[in-house]
Amino acid sequence: MWAVALLVFREVLEAALIVSVVAAATRGVAKRGLYIGSGIALGATGAVLVAWSAGLLAAAFSGIGQELFNAGILLAAVLMIGWHVLWMSSHGRELGRQMQAMGSAVLNGVSSLWLLLAVVALAVLREGSEIVLFLYGMRAGGAGHLWSGLSIGVVAGAAFGFALYAGLLRIPMRHFFRATNVMLVLLAAGLASTAARYLIQADLLPALGQPLWDSAWLLGNGSLPGQTAHILIGYDARPAGMQLVFYACTLAALWVGANLAHDDVRPPRVSASAAAHADQEH
Amino acid sequence: MKRLLLLTTLALLPLFVSAADDPGYTLRLKDHRYQPSVLHIPANTRIRLEVINQDASPEEFESSDFPAEKIVMPNSRMSLFIGPFKPGRYGFYGDFHQPTAQGSLIVE
Repeated sequence: MWAVALLVFREVLEAALIVSVVAAATRGVAKRGLYIGSGIALGATGAVLVAWSAGLLAAAFSGIGQELFNAGILLAAVLMIGWHVLWMSSHGRELGRQMQAMGSAVLNGVSSLWLLLAVVALAVLREGSEIVLFLYGMRAGGAGHLWSGLSIGVVAGAAFGFALYAGLLRIPMRHFFRATNVMLVLLAAGLASTAARYLIQADLLPALGQPLWDSAWLLGNGSLPGQTAHILIGYDARPAGMQLVFYACTLAALWVGANLAHDDVRPPRVSASAAAHADQEH
Repeated sequence: MKRLLLLTTLALLPLFVSAADDPGYTLRLKDHRYQPSVLHIPANTRIRLEVINQDASPEEFESSDFPAEKIVMPNSRMSLFIGPFKPGRYGFYGDFHQPTAQGSLIVE
């Protein structure tokens, strides 16, 4: 039972941390719960379908179907998060001000909400399909206590997600969207680095130095803090050079893009108090 | 910018594909154990690793020391590319049966 719980926990944790950051980044948005809930439900359904067709996927594209599938999902998530980050860089300041003015009142019109729903769905799909395959194998092998293991793993993983979410909500509103934006950027860079791993093992890209460095003595990939850092900021104790290239390119693209978006759209100073507030910030 | 980058990467992909003549090694999974559990491979070489699963349940060949994460279905085989490595010891495991499915690469 504990072996099952542990594996389920690790997979759920990955998805739960991503969902938490997305949930925090969409704070105050109308019907956000519905979007996130639908994303999780869609992802869970997709996970069963993917696990069900795992044999087909394994054989596809002369044996590199799995790699293309995973890298595709990860890079799609990177693009979607990137788009949301750029959108927020031009509108985030207004949002922050409105929310400060209205307390926790509901906001409308966040255009990139659909993208984040998709990010939630993709995260759940990727981790969920592994859980389904694993449980299927365990059941075929006659292992008992699958349901209790599954429940413990899901509850424990989700609890970590909630803890992160609760922690993020304590960030002062003045800095809130800037902070969640930074978290989304790091999340995207980490996902891009993971995508590189799949392209390397499929021999579509060279490793470019392996390992580039070794910090396993400080923070191991397998440890809970290491795994949390892996999801949230893309930490890898023994990365390949190509992973760093993907990571740095994502960071650079989003940083440049966010600055351009920021210059394009100067937020209008609607009221004297908002203007005073903005001046304090500078 | 982002898309341009991605398109460039995708356009460059075929340049890096150079698989055919890499040396091959084989690992077998039986009773959720790797055979052999220690594999000696040369340094600074790209290697094609074949994993044959003789068990009735799926396994995931995975490592936290090098890029590798690939499912191998019951009674079937898959292959992936690893390296080139600097000399040293690199661990790998079977994600679905971690207590028994453990092994390492000795790169020399």
